[in-house]
Amino acid sequence: MSVLESVWNWFGDPAHWHGPDGIPTRLVEHLQLSGESVLLGALIALPLGIALGHYGRFGNLAINISNVGRALPSFGILVIAFQVFGLGELPIILALTALAIPPIVTNSYVALREVDPDIKDAARGMGYRELPQLLRVELPLAVPLIMAGVRTSAVQVVATATLAALIAGGGFGRYIVDGFAQLNYSMTIAGAVLVALLALATELSLSGVERLLVPRGIRLLMAPSLRRASTFKVA
Amino acid sequence: MPARLFLDTVDPWINWDWLSTHVPYVWAALEQHIVLTVIAVAAGLIISLPLGVAAQRSGAIRLPVLGAFGGFYTIPSLALFALLVPFTGIATTTTAEIPLIGYNVLILIRNVVVGLDAVPRDVIDAADGMGYRPMVRLLRVELPLALPAIFAGLRVATVSTIGLITITAVIGLGGLGQLINQGLIESFHTPLVVATVLSIALALVADVSLAGCQRYALPWARQA
Repeated sequence: MSVLESVWNWFGDPAHWHGPDGIPTRLVEHLQLSGESVLLGALIALPLGIALGHYGRFGNLAINISNVGRALPSFGILVIAFQVFGLGELPIILALTALAIPPIVTNSYVALREVDPDIKDAARGMGYRELPQLLRVELPLAVPLIMAGVRTSAVQVVATATLAALIAGGGFGRYIVDGFAQLNYSMTIAGAVLVALLALATELSLSGVERLLVPRGIRLLMAPSLRRASTFKVA
Repeated sequence: MPARLFLDTVDPWINWDWLSTHVPYVWAALEQHIVLTVIAVAAGLIISLPLGVAAQRSGAIRLPVLGAFGGFYTIPSLALFALLVPFTGIATTTTAEIPLIGYNVLILIRNVVVGLDAVPRDVIDAADGMGYRPMVRLLRVELPLALPAIFAGLRVATVSTIGLITITAVIGLGGLGQLINQGLIESFHTPLVVATVLSIALALVADVSLAGCQRYALPWARQA
């Protein structure tokens, strides 16, 4: 039986579509772990990056946090969190959150810095106070890059959540890790396919959200290739 | 499992006795890590230079190439390692390197394109006026001016690769990742901490060395 055929049969087996080890359960686990971590990461990183960018302070910190984040071996960080906090969701979510923060901080900082100073002067001249200016002038212009950061971060968290299976976590990574352990390659490959599809779906759906959030006039101004400030890959 | 504290007497975070007797073992892992990194970055650069030049010259190649590698880049490394194992074998360098090289190609192509795009039109006109042929103009005028962007890409690619290689422990390679895996399986902190710290240190050293090379290779781009 060819590899492709056995993977096809794995997906066709109804036993893999329900129960605690079924695809729907693993999908929910994967989305929950990733969603909570990205949300937590964004709650910390967005205000930080936006404030640093708005005031133009600590630029080195905002830029370098991504360089440091890139250097962190996600596997090592997960295992250390596991050794410190033991079994459960907590170590996974803490490790994933730590990896979610850097791209969001850097991209938000760059996004706010790149708002044309003339536009800020014009807003000030029209009588905007600081907070309304930030919320109604700077942020709408910065949304494309900020969202690029959130998207980069989310895709990396979904990827790293796969590794959570190595520290007894759930999610699609279970199929890959258990497949290797049981020498059941069709399960491993099915898991890899699911993980790849989920990562691509995350990227595409967040691009969709970005399109909804970006005002039309600004979308027309932006060249698509310039929307991503920093490349970030940790898993 | 109870939460452990930093000064656990049973298993300290670093057992210096173990470390002092396992230096060659740690060194071998580090060496494998460096070899895997050099292959991934060098092969990525060799593939991405011509592809990047072609993509920058032709709009017809640009979108498909950036799109295809962009999609590949989105796929988690563990998934790619797992997908390749039945075809290229477990614990083989090929299985580890195909995804890593692919990721680096994306990072580097982008930077080659951005770097070449940023060459001022006037400079190209001047080179043409001086009688440079296209190939010579590319090698002696455009690529040198694109080097800062290419170096920036090399640094990002190298640092990312060093982190990602630890994950190849899952397919039986791993470099320093082997020690992380050992720490996980045996619940033994020393190899875990040593490998994580060494991996971060290796990434920072590589980054700083590449920055040094850049300063040396591009005397005209040095900032005061």
